[in-house]
Amino acid sequence: MSMTFAEYAQLIVYFALLLSGGFALGKYMTYIFEGEAGAGLPLLKQLEQLTYKAGGIDPRIEMTWVTYSRSLMGFSLISFVALYALQRMQNLLPFNPESLQAVSADSAFNTTISFISNTNWQGYSGETTLSYLSQMLGLTVQNFVSAAVGISVLVALIRGIVRHQSNTIGNFWSDLTRSIIHILLPLSVVLALMLVWQGAIQNFNAYVEYTPLEQHQDPKDKYKIAMGPAASQIAIKQLGTNGGGFFNVNSSHPYENPTSLSNLFETLAILIIPVGLCFTFGFMVKRLKEGLALLWAMSFIFFILLALGLWAEFTPNSAMPLSGNMEGKETRFGITSSMLWATCTTAASNGSVNCMHDSLTPLGGLVPMVLMQLGEIIYGGVGSGLYGMIIFAIVAVFVAGLMVGRTPEYLGKKIEAFEIKMSTLVLLIPPFVVLIGTAIAVSIEAGKAGVLNQSVHGFSEILYAFSSAGNNNGSAFAGLSANTPFYNYALGVAMFISRYWLALPVLAIAGSLAQKKLIPASNGTIPTTGPLFIGFLISIVLIVGALTFIPALALGPIVEHLQMTFGAK
Amino acid sequence: MKVSQKPNKLFEPEIMKQAFCDSFIKLDPRIQIKNPVMFVVEIASVLTTIIYLVSLSGEKEASSSFILSISLWLWFTLLSANFSEAMAEGRGKAQAKSLRESRKDLMAKKIESLEPKAETIQVQATSLRIGDMVLVEAQEIIPCDGDVVEGIASVDESAITGESAPVIRESGGDRSSVTGGTKVLSDWIIIKITVNPGETFIEQMIALVEGAKRQKTPNEIALNILLAAFTLIFLVVTTTLYSFSKYSTEVSGQGQVISITVLVALLVCLIPTTIGGLLSAIGIAGMDRLIRANVIAMSGRAVEAAGDVDMLLLDKTGTITLGARQASSFYPAPGISEPDLADAAQLASLADETPEGRSIVVLAKEKYNIRDRNIHDLDATFVEFSAHTRMSGVDMNGIKIRKGAVDAIEEYVGTGTVAREIIETAQKVAKEGATPLLVARDKQVLGVVKLKDIVKGGIKERFADLRAMGIKTVMITGDNPITAAAIAAEAGVDDYLAQATPEGKLKLIKENQAGGRLIAMTGDGTNDAPALAQADVAVVMNSGTQAAKEAGNMIDLDSSPTKLIEIVEIGKQLLMTRGALTTFSIANDVAKYFAIIPAAFATTYPVLNKLNIMNLQSPESAILSAVIFNALIILGLLPVALRGVKYRAVGAELLLRDNIFIYGLGGLIVPFIGIKIIDVLISGFKI
Amino acid sequence: MKELFDSLKIFLILTLITGIAYPLLVTGLAQAFFNDKANGSLVIQKGKIIGSKLLGQNFSAPKYFTARQSATTPAYNAAASSGSNLGPLSEKLKVNIEQKYQDLKRSGIQNPDSLLLTTSASGLDPDISPAAAKCQAESVANARHIPVQTVLDLIARNTKPRQFGFLGEEVVNVLLLNLDLDQSQNR
Repeated sequence: MSMTFAEYAQLIVYFALLLSGGFALGKYMTYIFEGEAGAGLPLLKQLEQLTYKAGGIDPRIEMTWVTYSRSLMGFSLISFVALYALQRMQNLLPFNPESLQAVSADSAFNTTISFISNTNWQGYSGETTLSYLSQMLGLTVQNFVSAAVGISVLVALIRGIVRHQSNTIGNFWSDLTRSIIHILLPLSVVLALMLVWQGAIQNFNAYVEYTPLEQHQDPKDKYKIAMGPAASQIAIKQLGTNGGGFFNVNSSHPYENPTSLSNLFETLAILIIPVGLCFTFGFMVKRLKEGLALLWAMSFIFFILLALGLWAEFTPNSAMPLSGNMEGKETRFGITSSMLWATCTTAASNGSVNCMHDSLTPLGGLVPMVLMQLGEIIYGGVGSGLYGMIIFAIVAVFVAGLMVGRTPEYLGKKIEAFEIKMSTLVLLIPPFVVLIGTAIAVSIEAGKAGVLNQSVHGFSEILYAFSSAGNNNGSAFAGLSANTPFYNYALGVAMFISRYWLALPVLAIAGSLAQKKLIPASNGTIPTTGPLFIGFLISIVLIVGALTFIPALALGPIVEHLQMTFGAK
Repeated sequence: MKVSQKPNKLFEPEIMKQAFCDSFIKLDPRIQIKNPVMFVVEIASVLTTIIYLVSLSGEKEASSSFILSISLWLWFTLLSANFSEAMAEGRGKAQAKSLRESRKDLMAKKIESLEPKAETIQVQATSLRIGDMVLVEAQEIIPCDGDVVEGIASVDESAITGESAPVIRESGGDRSSVTGGTKVLSDWIIIKITVNPGETFIEQMIALVEGAKRQKTPNEIALNILLAAFTLIFLVVTTTLYSFSKYSTEVSGQGQVISITVLVALLVCLIPTTIGGLLSAIGIAGMDRLIRANVIAMSGRAVEAAGDVDMLLLDKTGTITLGARQASSFYPAPGISEPDLADAAQLASLADETPEGRSIVVLAKEKYNIRDRNIHDLDATFVEFSAHTRMSGVDMNGIKIRKGAVDAIEEYVGTGTVAREIIETAQKVAKEGATPLLVARDKQVLGVVKLKDIVKGGIKERFADLRAMGIKTVMITGDNPITAAAIAAEAGVDDYLAQATPEGKLKLIKENQAGGRLIAMTGDGTNDAPALAQADVAVVMNSGTQAAKEAGNMIDLDSSPTKLIEIVEIGKQLLMTRGALTTFSIANDVAKYFAIIPAAFATTYPVLNKLNIMNLQSPESAILSAVIFNALIILGLLPVALRGVKYRAVGAELLLRDNIFIYGLGGLIVPFIGIKIIDVLISGFKI
Repeated sequence: MKELFDSLKIFLILTLITGIAYPLLVTGLAQAFFNDKANGSLVIQKGKIIGSKLLGQNFSAPKYFTARQSATTPAYNAAASSGSNLGPLSEKLKVNIEQKYQDLKRSGIQNPDSLLLTTSASGLDPDISPAAAKCQAESVANARHIPVQTVLDLIARNTKPRQFGFLGEEVVNVLLLNLDLDQSQNR
């Protein structure tokens, strides 16, 4: 099998829409964050003002990075308690037509961390575990707010960059509220309705009983179709790079993703805000090219890996009588749309799937794994991806600065020991979590027991799980039975660490940069927009990522690929 | 610009011998722990040695000879790094040694007061404190840094500057500061001591070159953090790899778990040992290069800041132009012939020993062949320049000839009587950046002499270089704005500060600093002190006053005004060398993975040998080759560390491109070739 | 502490907006404008719900086109979606493929398209490719004693082109095709 013209056209149209949509959205988001309180559509403006009023918040009060961080942590703590309690008590609460039980302690812990940290790892199976109320009041809410928290941290960092000798980086409540009300909410309503138009479901009905054309089971066992308010949750899980699906199989479920057009919408929704934020960054620092430079660096890595993935998936599996790999994929999407989604969802920290990653070819599966291991910065999560990339840019500028004999500056701010210290924290923590987590899992019985494919592939399943949790992605090699106390707790801890231990150093950098002088650029300043710097940034990202994970990948997907190609011996 | 006369050979046998011994002394873990990267190597070396010893008793995880080879090469890696540091220190020490000799058993004649009859007491030079006064006579060594409070003497400062010509030191003014260790050649001076023992120039210099007092600079600290982070990452990569390997043997049902020896070898290969091992050598060598340029920095921080400077404040006189102005043309008044004017001007200047005066005499002679007359034959009385009249001249046979600034002569001949043409000519001359002098004979103005500032040869090119480097140059001058603008244009500086006052300079610096610029300036006078203290990099002439020296953070022993440019380059070179070797070090890891990964898992997954793209002979030789390469590359790059990466005065982008190609791409490719060659050699010799 | 109190207030308000107002608003609009689709695109025959247009069903009778493998328990369980999650070198995957191949052979499909051998992602895939349908045409025609061409025509009629000519893949909805098949014979 090989790619047809139509399939190339799909990719081209996808990127054309992504970039033009991202540009427009980027401009709109700049307007929202730079405007005085109450910029935006009149109706939303009123809603925003109402929120401040009801909450007794003055959005104009500027915060230091410490206050900003405390507010963020306080908010996350409240979120944790609320979501955990909701799941543990869902059997006592309304909107539970299937009378689902209370969620177990370990699973609720995992799911809670998973959703407040914008990971949306799904240890549970949606239609058989969570009531409509839990899905709506718990998960949907977190889909919004965890995404908004990511955007807020990014906006605070950008303010740190553009402010000249300032102690403050903005107001967390205002950033949070604006992100939700002006950006996520209107986009979600529009997307949800477009999905329903294509066939996604949105109701509060009990599961529907039906009589199939062919009976295969005891007539006493009823045939049932799962129902629920799916579209509203799908829209935000795509837009907020959350990824936690309404159904177990996420966006491969025909009710979550019914057609090729809905698939295009959903794939666009994964990346549109992260791409838009690159433009926003450019607009806010008053140098669009700086935002574009990061965007090109991201896109370059994206294309290389997408091409590798497509090649791997289209190459016949010599071990099986299959031409092209359709195992674990939906007919309506085919290989191209499935691999595009797999690449997008792991490039962004989305984690929703429209095919089963566990059944990808070794190199096809390596692509999402690598994208996560790079730290979810290739577009990345909403906010978190770009702030991660900015951290990489800071490190790149530092090394490049040394190479030209000058204390490095990024966007007019001197990069010094403190920034490097915080940046290395950001770079160090995800690999530590991934590698140490995987090492523990492969060393103890509770870890090894969950593996479905007892072979090289089993190692990949575990590595993938921790890469996903350790970088707040949420997708899985789903063969791993991860709804066990060990995995629920281990992955929960991994998700917690990598979300908050990253956000806090980033805010610290924002605070430190805000206090510095803005230095005018000269011939001695390294331009951070040219192909040279973009290339250097790409190399830093790839080398740091590759050097950390090559040994692990060699024992997983790489050796599996060699075995597939050359035989096991 | 004076280049140091000191020997510049990189590897002197004497120094190498000492460095060799020091390499072993530095194995002390208390020293190693300061460098996290090399400390990890030390632990690795000890660990493999223990594994080797255990293996002798039969507990084998690999062949004893393999473990021994790895262990030995790890020790060698550590020693190479130590050797590099010791070499850099040794080169500095060799210089310090000659300096220190001047301090040996020095006695001083201490006096209690400036009374002519005051008695002198013989004391140890080291017992002198701030405020003590000492008498130094001809052929004696000055015991300590200080200010001349009485007397005048010629002093040989070659011990610190290497310049053999003696200099004059006298009380008061800008030539009052003397340095301990220099020698009075003639006459006598009384010196007030300005520093306590251990803080003198020479002692600071010794401490700096020996590396004893070397504090880590901000960028060095930041780089150390980054290197420590890489070390941590690879520590985690290798330790977790053990469990990955164990799991792999379980699921594949074959092969052995990776041995500790191989893991340790992998760890040492991956952590940035190249830069880690050379980091302190680079820092010390940078200071050393600075001292070779005859500059003493008060801290490493100042040197690093010099690399960051984006604005240089340069004094016009002496830096941009030659110290003195020269007469370049005569403009006669209407009705006066040019030779007549020249003749009068020459007569007025015959006794004028200033360079300006001499140049008028010379010009008149060159142009109109008016001979230099002997003043004593002329029966003339010379009128010296006085601050009151601001004119000089000659009274001869009843004729009074005067020369002076326009307003001075105007006042002399009577305001309003000077012809309009002459005033216009004078203004025109001023506009060209030159100084007009009027010459008058018996209250009749004869014309204008143009005194021109001579811009130093080659200075324009230097400024163009600086501009390319992104450094803005600002000329500081006491001239009026019109003159200043003309000279600024001729010299090619970016900006100028005319009619500069100490307050004006301070304001300029503060304004630009507020705008985020880093400012460097040179100075020598006491009135420069506030500006020097405010500037980020302040280079003070060694001939300058003590107040200026205290305000500055670097001292130029040559008192060369253009030294600043050299210092900037040295600062940049220091950072660049660190950056280049860091990039090289990290890029190396790619090849090392290709060598070690297939070898390490050869028994579990033989198919991984497809990644052995260098086609290395055996797993053991592959791992050993990587370790050997890793050790040898430290020594291989030692010359680069000591000499510094080549610096070109071009913009940041070009520089970055070059260095990425050389050290980034080079770092990627070189180890592939190196490891392959070593592998061929080992397999050939069956080591 | 102030931060915690502020957090609680804002959290409650945002929960109201995003957790209650938002889904209700979307539900209201969806039910009003896309009622059929919002409720699952159900297929109703003679007053009985016989499935959804979007969800596949298990067909093994020779008279019906068979769909892809499903990893749910039991197959095509629309209340608990699941994929096989078998790795590319999995022994179990090999066995599954082999078994399905033999099954198809037994029901008279000589050259089964490889799509039929694989398991879909959701376990509820409603579609197969036109090629996977055509390879079954002969056996279905034989089972129903109708000309192969009639079956091929039905396949053609039920083939949905790529959306806008380039999006996704060409598909045949198995349930609708089988319904069409039943109806065309009842007529």
